[in-house]
Amino acid sequence: MTKGQIVAGCLAPHPPHLVYAANPPQNEAYSEGGWETLRWGYNRLARKLKDIDYDAIVIFTPHWQTYIGTHFLGLPQFKSKSVDPVFPNLFRFNYDLKVDVELSELMHDAAAEAGIITKMMRNPDFRVDYGTITSCHLLNPEWDKPIVTISSNRNTHYYSPEVMVEQASALGRACAKAIQESGKRVVLVASHSLSHRHFVEEAPLPEDMSREHIYNHSQYVWDMKIIEMMREGKSREVIDIMPEFTEQTIAETEGGGLIWMLAAMGFPNFPAEIYGYQSVIGTGNVVACWDPNDETREYVL
Amino acid sequence: MTNEPEILFGIYCPPHPHPLLSPDANEGYAKLRAGFDECRRRIEESEADLILVYSTTWPSIIGHQIQALENAVWTHVDDDFHYLGSMPYEFKIDTEFAHAFKEANEKRGLESRTVEYEGFPIDTGSVVALSLLNPENRIPSCIVSSNMYANRSETIVLGKAVRDTLATQGKKAVIVVVASLSNRMFTEHIDPADDRIHSRKDDDWNQKILEFFADGRLEDLSQLSRDIHGQIRVQKVVAYKPAWFMAASMGQHNNYDGEVLAYEALNGSGGAVITLTPSSGSVGDKEFDEDDVEYYQGDRNVLDKGMLE
Repeated sequence: MTKGQIVAGCLAPHPPHLVYAANPPQNEAYSEGGWETLRWGYNRLARKLKDIDYDAIVIFTPHWQTYIGTHFLGLPQFKSKSVDPVFPNLFRFNYDLKVDVELSELMHDAAAEAGIITKMMRNPDFRVDYGTITSCHLLNPEWDKPIVTISSNRNTHYYSPEVMVEQASALGRACAKAIQESGKRVVLVASHSLSHRHFVEEAPLPEDMSREHIYNHSQYVWDMKIIEMMREGKSREVIDIMPEFTEQTIAETEGGGLIWMLAAMGFPNFPAEIYGYQSVIGTGNVVACWDPNDETREYVL
Repeated sequence: MTNEPEILFGIYCPPHPHPLLSPDANEGYAKLRAGFDECRRRIEESEADLILVYSTTWPSIIGHQIQALENAVWTHVDDDFHYLGSMPYEFKIDTEFAHAFKEANEKRGLESRTVEYEGFPIDTGSVVALSLLNPENRIPSCIVSSNMYANRSETIVLGKAVRDTLATQGKKAVIVVVASLSNRMFTEHIDPADDRIHSRKDDDWNQKILEFFADGRLEDLSQLSRDIHGQIRVQKVVAYKPAWFMAASMGQHNNYDGEVLAYEALNGSGGAVITLTPSSGSVGDKEFDEDDVEYYQGDRNVLDKGMLE
């Protein structure tokens, strides 16, 4: 069997505002648009993924928060409605998605072999988190690929950002090994923002872009520093500085997604493709892709 | 009708689903379940018009959110304990209270909004509490979130807005606060038979908190909240807020009859079912170390103060 491989790694933030702004038929809320810089970036990355041959999306989400180990979706289909607990006015999304259970079990087993506490999630009533749905919808609006969702084990809160780096890196290495053994071509997705301080008030019209800006300049400067390092192919350095970044900007990197993804990809030293940066209700968000193929890697922005 | 609300009693109970889904898996879970059942019986025998739930497992960002869907129906599954089973629920919500509570929050300077959406994900703690305390919806309920950025002043003002609303509507209420004591769980899957409090330190602090509860010293617990947060709470949010809310909504004093119905481990965390009933006695010397805030005036903008003009 041919060895499986990771064909792309995407940093894909999941503010539900982005789905709300796009008005897909699955979402009950209606908007007049908004956050185009991110949405157009997402559109371009989605077009790129269309040209890549892959079998499944594996997504690591901070909105499936588990304190007892790392959990993996373990049933072939989930169909329900996802309502964002924080922004239910924006996101009430009817989903019907397929899971690559075989790949999920392989990653679960590889992680367990590596000493990581794991659990398969096989309750059919389980509601898939809105982070998974938002990022996957924006990367693949046709929903024509199976996914695997991996939960975020809350190591940052329980221990420290440094422990999260170690744990998420180990999980990334285990998942990469499982993907190789699966023979499948896989897109990895780290679903989260960068800086993550929200405004605690919402504009009467949430998509009123005259009200949108980063929470404060410190958050912006940190975000730009991280993006600059991504552009320069310094992914190992991004991880090295991540504990401080996470603490200084309350960054959503605390969930471990980007660490997991870059570790699975062997901490690439090639430049990340940057598709767009914009704030959403004060948080900092970048759409980025690591394309290991030298022939298809682009300089996007 | 007086301007003082009538709080019949308060309940402090844990959020994890074991007492609901697997009460027989461990003697301790059964004791917690018995504590919930006793509270249910007391609520049924009371003249309560409303059960108000403040849940630490419902975080919000845009101010405090208040459940206002008249008939909230779904099947909930816990993120960690999904293997214990599903939790179908149907809750009858007091929408009149929910909307008035929102307005009372706003009058006191708080950002607040109601949520009225079919399929809204009511959190594990609220589902467990209402399923066990009010299984047949005999009494209308309401649920309020815990804002992840809120600190003491907002939480105290939130509790006072509860009192404003109850007084205005003339409703008798049971206040339910859903929170662990120490909240550090084991990070491995354990045999329920082996469950225990995660550490001796957590247990020591929990026992001290239980002493205060048993003595009815709610305001003293409220004043101790920052110490509790630093000592036995995993730093998931900025502060330990349940005692602030409970004191501000029930009355900021120590005049309560406290009763600890159960205290047991839930995967390592400290789970307790406790009741506090307003009484005439008072225990302990109150120490008011921080402001007693009446109106929320917004963030202090500490960062702005250091900016050059």
